[in-house]
Amino acid sequence: MTKHDHHEQGDHGHHPEAPSDLEARTLALESLLIEKGLLTSEDVDRIISAYEHDIGPMIGARVVAHAWVDPDYRARLLNDGPAAIRELGYDYPTSTGLTVLEITEKVHHMVVCTLCSCYPWAVLGLPPTWYKSAPYRSRAVSEPRLVLEEFGVALPADVSVNVWDSSSDLRYMVLPERPEGTGGWTEEQLASIVSRDCMIGVARPRVPAEANR
Amino acid sequence: MGGMHGFGPVVVEKDEPVFHNRWEGSVRAIMRRTVGRIYHLDEFRNVVERMPPAEYLRASYYERWLHALETLMVERGVITLEELRSGRANGPATGANIQHELAPALDARFKPGDKVVTRNLHPAGHTRLPRYARGKRGVVRTVNGPFLLPDRNAHRGGKVWEACYAVEFTASELWGDRASAVDRVCVDLWQSYLRSEEDEA
Repeated sequence: MTKHDHHEQGDHGHHPEAPSDLEARTLALESLLIEKGLLTSEDVDRIISAYEHDIGPMIGARVVAHAWVDPDYRARLLNDGPAAIRELGYDYPTSTGLTVLEITEKVHHMVVCTLCSCYPWAVLGLPPTWYKSAPYRSRAVSEPRLVLEEFGVALPADVSVNVWDSSSDLRYMVLPERPEGTGGWTEEQLASIVSRDCMIGVARPRVPAEANR
Repeated sequence: MGGMHGFGPVVVEKDEPVFHNRWEGSVRAIMRRTVGRIYHLDEFRNVVERMPPAEYLRASYYERWLHALETLMVERGVITLEELRSGRANGPATGANIQHELAPALDARFKPGDKVVTRNLHPAGHTRLPRYARGKRGVVRTVNGPFLLPDRNAHRGGKVWEACYAVEFTASELWGDRASAVDRVCVDLWQSYLRSEEDEA
């Protein structure tokens, strides 16, 4: 686990209390729940470890890469996201659906939760802080093109930007377009260029300059 | 928060770790182990929203969660305020557990392609009808559920199962002329947030 540096660039500095107070409150809550038999310290360790090591955007990236090489799988993924994820051997909770949004030449998709922080964590891991921040939550629906530009994605005026506000128990994941210059790549190579941000819809997969020499 | 002004650019933290500190991970783990057992997710969201607005904006994400967990444990009688302060348990947990029931069959009033109008609701408590999408015309894209109506479930006001729809709005319906004519926003909305266009007429 990385120690948090409060002077680090990009930290919003939203810490009215010293971290030690939050740490102490968390410890008190955790130990009370353990004493009352509602939690074990193994639960806590196991869940933290799962988020840090097992659940993350590499799952979504492998799903995208497989959809790029197998048109039948792609069709199944677009038709029933959870079933297609499970088909590759991953867990997907039964409590939430998953709609996979296909980016085409004419339609771009991006995902937000303006109400809280709903996010397809089973395939992307936990959301980054910016996704949960007031700037993204307020602006993604009202000025998506400006937000996309800040992320380095400029879209022509005739491409329709579809923003999905995940305000219920439905979840959304973006299936980006396979970039040119990736013919003959293995699924592993393809997955390596599918970042978390590509599957939120605020970035596009990029072929590294040295990849095709 | 959709459509609010003044929050500035989206700030991306470079190489952000999954958790910045152990306590953030603990808060996430405590929530995972207690949601659906001691409180419903809708109640959790409502407690976060009940924070005074200035405090809500000032607090970090997991600080809001910690606040919500403490509040819910006390409100459910699982932990007393005195125990929270001292950090020592005075007795066993007494809070009632959530009763789960199976969802009934989907009974959907609308189908894909139906034209709908969102109601102009402004409840004092929790709702999942975003402010920017109230009183707007849209088209049903997908039909899902049934899900529990959060407006009731967040307040233990009874379990009401409803169809939930992805409803598509044109950006100009929501944001006026400054929006691109080809852009769209899809919002997941429960059936009771919606009327058909005929009801309107």
